[in-house]
Amino acid sequence: MAQNDINKIKDHAELFHQSEYQELFAEKKQFEGGHSPEEVERVAEWTKGWEYREKNFNREALTVNPAKACQPLGAILAASGFEGTLPFVHGSQGCVAYFRSHFTRHFKEPFSTVSSSMTEDAAVFGGQNNMIEGLANSYKLYQPKMIAVSTTCMAEVIGDDLQAFITNAKHADAVPHDFPVPYAHTPSFVGSHITGYDEMLKNILTTLNPTKPTGSWRNGKINIIPGFETYVGNLREVKRIAKAMDVEINLLADNSDVLDSPNTGTYQMYPGGTPLADAADTIHGEATIALQAYSTVRTRKMITGWGQPNQVVRPIGIRGTDEFLMKLSALSGKPIPAELEAERGRAVDALTDSQAWLHGKRVALYGDPDLVIGLVQFLLEVGAEPVHIVVSNSNDDFETELRALLDSSPAGSGATIWGGKDLWHMRSLLFTEPVDLLIGNSYGKYLWRDTKTPLVRIGYPIFDRHHLHRYSTYGYQGAINLLNWIVNALLDELDRNTIVPAKTDISYDLIR
Amino acid sequence: MTEPSIRQIAFYGKGGIGKSTTSQNTIAGLAEFGDRIMIVGCDPKADSTRLMLHSKAQTTVLHLAAERGAVEDVELEEVLLEGYKGVKCVESGGPEPGVGCAGRGIITAINFLEENGAYEDLDFVSYDVLGDVVCGGFAMPIREGKAQEIYIVTSGEMMAMYAANNIARGILKYAHSGGVRLGGLICNSRQCDRELELIETLAKRLNTQMIHFVPRDNIVQHAELRRMTVIEYAPESNQAQEYRSLARKIKDNTNLTVPTPITMDELEDLLVEFGILGDDSAIQHLIGKTAAEVAVV
Repeated sequence: MAQNDINKIKDHAELFHQSEYQELFAEKKQFEGGHSPEEVERVAEWTKGWEYREKNFNREALTVNPAKACQPLGAILAASGFEGTLPFVHGSQGCVAYFRSHFTRHFKEPFSTVSSSMTEDAAVFGGQNNMIEGLANSYKLYQPKMIAVSTTCMAEVIGDDLQAFITNAKHADAVPHDFPVPYAHTPSFVGSHITGYDEMLKNILTTLNPTKPTGSWRNGKINIIPGFETYVGNLREVKRIAKAMDVEINLLADNSDVLDSPNTGTYQMYPGGTPLADAADTIHGEATIALQAYSTVRTRKMITGWGQPNQVVRPIGIRGTDEFLMKLSALSGKPIPAELEAERGRAVDALTDSQAWLHGKRVALYGDPDLVIGLVQFLLEVGAEPVHIVVSNSNDDFETELRALLDSSPAGSGATIWGGKDLWHMRSLLFTEPVDLLIGNSYGKYLWRDTKTPLVRIGYPIFDRHHLHRYSTYGYQGAINLLNWIVNALLDELDRNTIVPAKTDISYDLIR
Repeated sequence: MTEPSIRQIAFYGKGGIGKSTTSQNTIAGLAEFGDRIMIVGCDPKADSTRLMLHSKAQTTVLHLAAERGAVEDVELEEVLLEGYKGVKCVESGGPEPGVGCAGRGIITAINFLEENGAYEDLDFVSYDVLGDVVCGGFAMPIREGKAQEIYIVTSGEMMAMYAANNIARGILKYAHSGGVRLGGLICNSRQCDRELELIETLAKRLNTQMIHFVPRDNIVQHAELRRMTVIEYAPESNQAQEYRSLARKIKDNTNLTVPTPITMDELEDLLVEFGILGDDSAIQHLIGKTAAEVAVV
């Protein structure tokens, strides 16, 4: 076949377009016993209608492409944001291979996570031996400063007791007695990655901090909890804003340097993260600001238990960023500098420049609860109309909050929140009630292919476009980034739709 | 989180030994003293609270969760009922026999109770756990932060003692990592030969005490038929007094120990010692022989 010339090896994307493969596929058809192309076409058409939509929404025991991942993924992301921390998953190797590749495909960075390699015997006799040996090996081989343990379904179904296992591992000298080994039970069949993030972060902070603050002394810092954050640009933006305001922050689970490390030619196993000493002093912070609500529920409850003021502020869009800056200013007593005010002015100017293209545009979106609230906040600011909102890992509190936000603007009142639904539901929504734009992660690509709705990639994971995670969606800069992605996707689509010479190109304008 | 002031106790023992009956009667006794109590039944049969509630079987956490699709959709009030003298009753429930994982069910149910604040304003929590400590789920009640005192219900029958020893092994496993301790053996009499001394000796060998000897009395049967504890059905009866005195002993118990389980051989030797079994050479001619065959010899 055509692969003989090693100078012309084709990528798989093109390889199968070649005639020999096309012939092979055609000949295979006679053995496949499939339906006629007409029948396939007829059924495909039927799936686009209201009748199929109703059947689709009556689905009970099947989920197709949920817009969520499982708990350990979130736990690992939280753990990766601490200095010298090795995420350790108590469970089978296969699960952990998926977590690593999932992050690597998004961040295009190496991602270190180990597993306790549970197999059939561990499922029967319990995974304690795997835990002890695994901790000992990890400690010796990778010299971490902390090992953060989460679990997979298998360990959870058989009821492995992490607390006991870790204590026993310390008794067996797998790791030193004072070595921090926070742990979180993260069964994948409950909650989602945001629950796992919350659980792990809470346990890391509980492990490192004393149970009560020492007297009334405070360290003068404001703790910031990012939540399940996959934009390293956001973490950098938060640090930049704090620096510009001269406010001392303690950014927890800061994985920006871990997941966006410079290529210096030398591999570093632990290239950054929140220093453990800072994490251990979280309890003495002045206050805590969480940038996400639904991935920090338990952590915030624990912080409230410390007697520390805390609240959620999402610095997305103009209003969200305003709120964040004012909160920082109120907590620290520092004024908002002119530099940031100018940034705000530029962002507002940019929004007004594009506003005519965005006003009244119908938008479908999906993602994690906090991302969706942030995006809806932004869309309403530019006069776009959210229509279909799918959140697979929804809950009642979130839906109440989002509804109130939608109802606060005439542009939002027509939106429907589809909690607990998946992307196959979204497909029906897009066919039966079309919109101008779809916002979501890389999996939206299939919806774009089927429904031709232009897709703006915002969320996690983004596997098929590069570098988006390096940008921020937070702050006034982030508002400009969001605007850039959204308005230019619409303009690209407009060009595509007016491109046929002498037919649709009457408005194929240079200027938009 | 559970308040540290709550005393959490668990009843373990061989299946059919009378755990549920003994625990509910004991709890009824504690309730009479005015203690605030919650019973958590950890048995898919869901019979740990029937004598308290006068019902066949209360709706379990997992039954409702299965019906609704998720445990998050269950409200605490739907599964937490008040029975005799205000005792709060919950049953974890579990799968149908032959399917699913009962241990996971117990984990799910106890997590649900914790998350929904069931462990508040209580003096005692009592877990009634099916059979031996067979998997992580059945060990859930003896993990860190849960039951600190285990009472093993047993009798002078060999298999009940074998199970008791096995449970002691489970407790030992958790005693070093958590704080669980053995509170004592409760002898639920089957009127076996030399039962009292046998269990007292077993208790000593396991480094614990026989906290009470509950005699056999048909009145228990009568009360059970009426779905009542003896304490409620016949408060003046001797048996009711026995349960009250067991309740009092548990309330005042400070003798909490790390058990020292023995081997199967040692257990058999114990029976030999008590003349229940002959030693190996003496009984060689009996092993594997039916009663009829033995009669011929």
